[in-house]
Amino acid sequence: MAGPSTYQPASGFTRWLDTRLPILRLAHDSFVAYPTPRNLNYWWTFGAVLSMCLVVQIVTGIVLAMHYAPSIHDAFASVQRIRRDVPWGWLIQPIHAVGASMFFLAVYIHMFRGLYYGSYKAPREVLWILGCVIYLLMVATAFLGYSLPWGQMSFWAATVITNLLGAVPVVGTAIRDWLMGGFAIDNPTLNRFFSLHYLLPFLIVGVVVLHVWALHEAGQNNPAGVDPKEKGDTVPFTPHATMKDLFITVVFLLLFGLFVFYMPDALGHPDNYIPADPLVTPTHIVPEWYLLPFYAILRAIDFNVGPIDSKLGGVILMFGAIAVLFVLPWLDTSRVRSMRYRPIAQQFFLIFVVVCIALGWCGAQQPAAPVIPHPAFKADLRWVEGGTSATRTVTATSERDAVAGFEAAAQEMRQAGAQLVLVNRTSPTQATLTGVSGGTEQRATVQGRDLDALEAEIGKRKASLGAASVPFVEVDRKEPFVFTVTRFSQILTAYYFLFFLGILPLLGLRETASRVPDTIAKSIRGGAH
Amino acid sequence: MAETTANETAAPAASAGETRRDFIFIAAGAVGAVGAALTAWPFIDQMNPAADTRAMATTEVDLASLQAGQQIVITWQGKPVFVRHRTPAEIEAAQRDDYAALKDPATDASRLVQANGAAGKPAFLIVQAACTHLGCIPTFAAGDYKGWMCACHGSQYDTSGRIRRGPAPLNLALAPYTYLTDTSIRIG
Repeated sequence: MAGPSTYQPASGFTRWLDTRLPILRLAHDSFVAYPTPRNLNYWWTFGAVLSMCLVVQIVTGIVLAMHYAPSIHDAFASVQRIRRDVPWGWLIQPIHAVGASMFFLAVYIHMFRGLYYGSYKAPREVLWILGCVIYLLMVATAFLGYSLPWGQMSFWAATVITNLLGAVPVVGTAIRDWLMGGFAIDNPTLNRFFSLHYLLPFLIVGVVVLHVWALHEAGQNNPAGVDPKEKGDTVPFTPHATMKDLFITVVFLLLFGLFVFYMPDALGHPDNYIPADPLVTPTHIVPEWYLLPFYAILRAIDFNVGPIDSKLGGVILMFGAIAVLFVLPWLDTSRVRSMRYRPIAQQFFLIFVVVCIALGWCGAQQPAAPVIPHPAFKADLRWVEGGTSATRTVTATSERDAVAGFEAAAQEMRQAGAQLVLVNRTSPTQATLTGVSGGTEQRATVQGRDLDALEAEIGKRKASLGAASVPFVEVDRKEPFVFTVTRFSQILTAYYFLFFLGILPLLGLRETASRVPDTIAKSIRGGAH
Repeated sequence: MAETTANETAAPAASAGETRRDFIFIAAGAVGAVGAALTAWPFIDQMNPAADTRAMATTEVDLASLQAGQQIVITWQGKPVFVRHRTPAEIEAAQRDDYAALKDPATDASRLVQANGAAGKPAFLIVQAACTHLGCIPTFAAGDYKGWMCACHGSQYDTSGRIRRGPAPLNLALAPYTYLTDTSIRIG
């Protein structure tokens, strides 16, 4: 792609160096003469923004490590000390904390860009997979780093995530204890998390080098999705891409600075200013915003599927949501790279973006909260007033026939004149049946806006009747269908996976794409439309 | 002499497709692989719980000051444990639901059994506090069943600590305990 090197050493020293370590030649070929498609839009500038973010995180992180104390007794206070006492700590710590959010903002834009323009398709599969590896490492680093300030959210996020591994059958508990270095999140956990949090960014640097190498080997994709064919299709990286990247980096830094200087805590959670307490769970645990969609997928599974219980199911889907990205190059069957020429795919993509944002919203809500208003919870009450009650103990022949046996006995009592029968199972094969007869049957309906309110109403009504004249009340609860955050998350999760596993594979085979321009130059002049 | 030896061994071995060199390769490779595994093991195993962490800590709890309707949360081996003094109504609710449709069926009596196998007292329920979903500490006396409710992902437990609703797969784990006297227990 890059073609033969055009580097010309200008001075005696660079000529001397070039035959010993051609590092200037490498830099020149990679970042100066490198031909870049001339039709790149601003979505293509986030690679540079991400490089800047990585450098910012590493530099601020190294500085913070000089003042941070990775011990459960000192960690929280040491972070506060950095913010209050350490020279410039008030600036450097928020840059690091806000920087994590900025890093993820940029990486999501970068990933959606790749999705829309088909940057994962041949010959860029390895480039895409390396990107997915970087993203996974970023998630791991962010999670480890979030636990270091040892606030309530730090502690409980670490608890929830390490317990995810406990869901793995057979070896889950052993892996979890190995990772925590104990039976609960404690000092050993904090120490190793600090060590690994310091290590992973350098692994990211290594994979970024591979990512850029793969990019320069396969060449950049572009909005038209067609390969450069003639010289007029490309421009040299410097100054064209360099200047554009610098410009967008400055714009991005304005946003970055806005958060750092005016609302350094806006993206964090106030509970993390409470020191970690293993005995008190915050009423509402949420991860940082950039992991909310995955958190929503994790919580969406509240039912068992065969041998897979709800917990393992949620864990599988959450990791599956990232794993599916790795195989995306082979799931999308369309031969057209850019969705610019795939009108139907464009709409599914737009829905996908909305679904991802909606999943993020769900991740921040309480799971049982209603998404849309629902009718009241109602219960029908039946009781007999002023009757006489008779009690009878029934013993079934076996545990298997017990329920049917009790029901038959209750039926007998009804035929004998009982107006209401209460079955109270006392052991696997025994039940006490209470029947009332000879009174007047009463009915009432109570309602409440949720189950708690309904139970309170039922309790109130029962108390007003008095146990003396009314031995028991039959309650028939009618729960309306409530469209909860969990249900909404289930639908969104289904679409997330449908997009990758159903829509992209099938659509590529069925759709009719618009005419793709032959060359990049034509796509700019509009000749092909 | 050396040449003769080489020829003598090579000749019959060649017919079987194996040479002395193959054997050396495999042997050296095997030693190298075992060596790599043995070298790696200490670096992997060092992350496991250390001896001081593993040492079985026991915790003694005095129940006398615990009123009906209250619970205390104590730590045992770094993990929180609920000690709950149940009211008669809560005990009755727990026993009534012994045969309800349960996700993880267990009778209330089976959840009170002491570490030595002896029956417990219905008034005192001792269970590990970690929600079996992802380890949060559920809120006391909340939810539809008035046992515990986990605020993290909405799992609800009844007054016997059994899972009744939500994503958690299992009942709250039992903590091994024994009565030392009528009003004190040892956990662990």
